[in-house]
Amino acid sequence: MALLTCQDLALGYEGKKVVENLSFSVDSGDYLCVVGENGSGKSTLIKTLLKLMPPIKGQILTGDGLKQNEIGYLPQQTEVQKDFPASVKEVVLSGCLNRSGLGPFYSSGEKKLALANMEKLGITNLAKRCYRELSGGQQQRVLLARALCATHKLLLLDEPVAGLDPKATADMYQLIEKLNAADGITVIMISHDIGAAARYASHILHIGHQKPLFYGRKTDYTASELGRAFCLAKGDEA
Amino acid sequence: MQIMIEKLSLYFQFPFVRYALIVGVLISLSSSLLGVTLVLKRFSFIGDGLSHVAFGAIAIATILNLSNNMVLVVPITVLCGILLLATGQHTKIKGDAAVAMLSVGSLAIGYLLLNLFSVSANLAGDVCATLFGSTAILTLTMTEVWLCIGMSLLVIAVFLLFYRQIFAVTFDETFAKATGTKANIYNLLIAVIISVIIVLAMNLVGSLLISALVICPALSAMRVFKSFKSVILCSVVISVVCTALGILLAILISTPVGATIVTVDIITFGLFSLLGRMTGGKI
Ligand SMILES: Nc1ncnc2c1ncn2[C@@H]1O[C@H](COP(=O)(O)OP(=O)(O)OP(=O)(O)O)[C@@H](O)[C@H]1O
Ligand SMILES: [Mg+2]
Repeated sequence: MALLTCQDLALGYEGKKVVENLSFSVDSGDYLCVVGENGSGKSTLIKTLLKLMPPIKGQILTGDGLKQNEIGYLPQQTEVQKDFPASVKEVVLSGCLNRSGLGPFYSSGEKKLALANMEKLGITNLAKRCYRELSGGQQQRVLLARALCATHKLLLLDEPVAGLDPKATADMYQLIEKLNAADGITVIMISHDIGAAARYASHILHIGHQKPLFYGRKTDYTASELGRAFCLAKGDEA
Repeated sequence: MQIMIEKLSLYFQFPFVRYALIVGVLISLSSSLLGVTLVLKRFSFIGDGLSHVAFGAIAIATILNLSNNMVLVVPITVLCGILLLATGQHTKIKGDAAVAMLSVGSLAIGYLLLNLFSVSANLAGDVCATLFGSTAILTLTMTEVWLCIGMSLLVIAVFLLFYRQIFAVTFDETFAKATGTKANIYNLLIAVIISVIIVLAMNLVGSLLISALVICPALSAMRVFKSFKSVILCSVVISVVCTALGILLAILISTPVGATIVTVDIITFGLFSLLGRMTGGKI
């Protein structure tokens, strides 16, 4: 059974549909890239997958023993309070919360996990720094490390490279690819960067106005008329 | 100096002064724990509103001639706290308006009821005491002392038990929810603790000055420290020291306890702001 299966989903807010007829499935080890215009409902899809909001219609099935609290999440915009005093270490550790009990302290295993993930993302030297004083790219890495603490199975990334410079963007994509290829973490990523999607993803979901336009393997997408048109249009913009 | 120490040691022979100090320190300790959460979750105004609710509740308790005010005040305040936080979360503007309505309403109705039904000869004095806590802390009954101690310890225990959950929910509620933390339950828990703290702090500084007691130490600590843990620890220390200092000063120079404590808190805030400027937030 697939890790995540969506059957005939309709998504939206307060009964108003944003997208409908969404059906797709994600297997363990897949790298699914979700593309589409602004406002097409990509973030809405992620929020629904995370059960932060209910679908209007249809269902989301999880398989392969995936539990709802084993999903790592990197939000598009964090509603982090602007003047929150928190060190990088505290933020990363807070990702371990779903696997631990009560009390003021994290276990040594959890601390090790947090350290390992900080190591993986190259932010060990930032551990003691204050989160709100980091650059956008550094913050993004911290939040990704936190997401990794919450999961070893499935990562949902909502525009992980938004606002990053070209170098940081490339680094971020490589990191994600490594997590997918080396650590076997399934990735569902939203991106406006069709070039990156075509390069790194194994599957593509293209959401159009109110309905999905394409779902399938990347190779089929780049060969399709829609994919070529979208790639070309993006290419012109650049 | 000699005279001061003599005066203090004289006062410390009275048990009520010792109780006042113990209760004051415990209350300030527990109230400072949630100050940071209160500030960061933009709940400060709710704390303020709740303190007025507590005033209304005390007014009702007084005219009912209850032997122990707390029996009525605690449940009413907790209930309002839950109501306010539950409604205030999603509908921002309506929430603000609800707080304003509730707080001003309870002040007005409380005062009105007191005027209509009070049996006390010194009404203005009573009201002033409830609002500014002038001598409240020095006149606690034995039951109230134990109640304060019990509730403070409860707040501290709950905070320690759920420290990491409170951090997660305060820092990034969406992520906490997405990864399976029951954020709503913890918001409720925070609301209940805050309400209990408000009632507690009312004994110490009176209802108008509660916000200062709860928020000042947190703001001071946030000027200098940059991690959640250090901010919490620092605001606990600040709060306890300021309260102890405030109580002692109030005894020595015969000023109202609540106002003195809050003044010390505010001076400390000034000092910490300077310190924060100087260190440039390097700690
Ligand atoms: N909280 C909300 N309440 C009501 N409608 C919303 C809410 N959030 C988003 N919408 C609407 O839902 C639609 C889809 O929004 P969504 O955020 O999913 O788009 P998106 O594909 O992520 O866009 P972007 O590329 O800009 O991130 C938009 O029309 C938006 O106006
Ligand atoms: Mg979006």
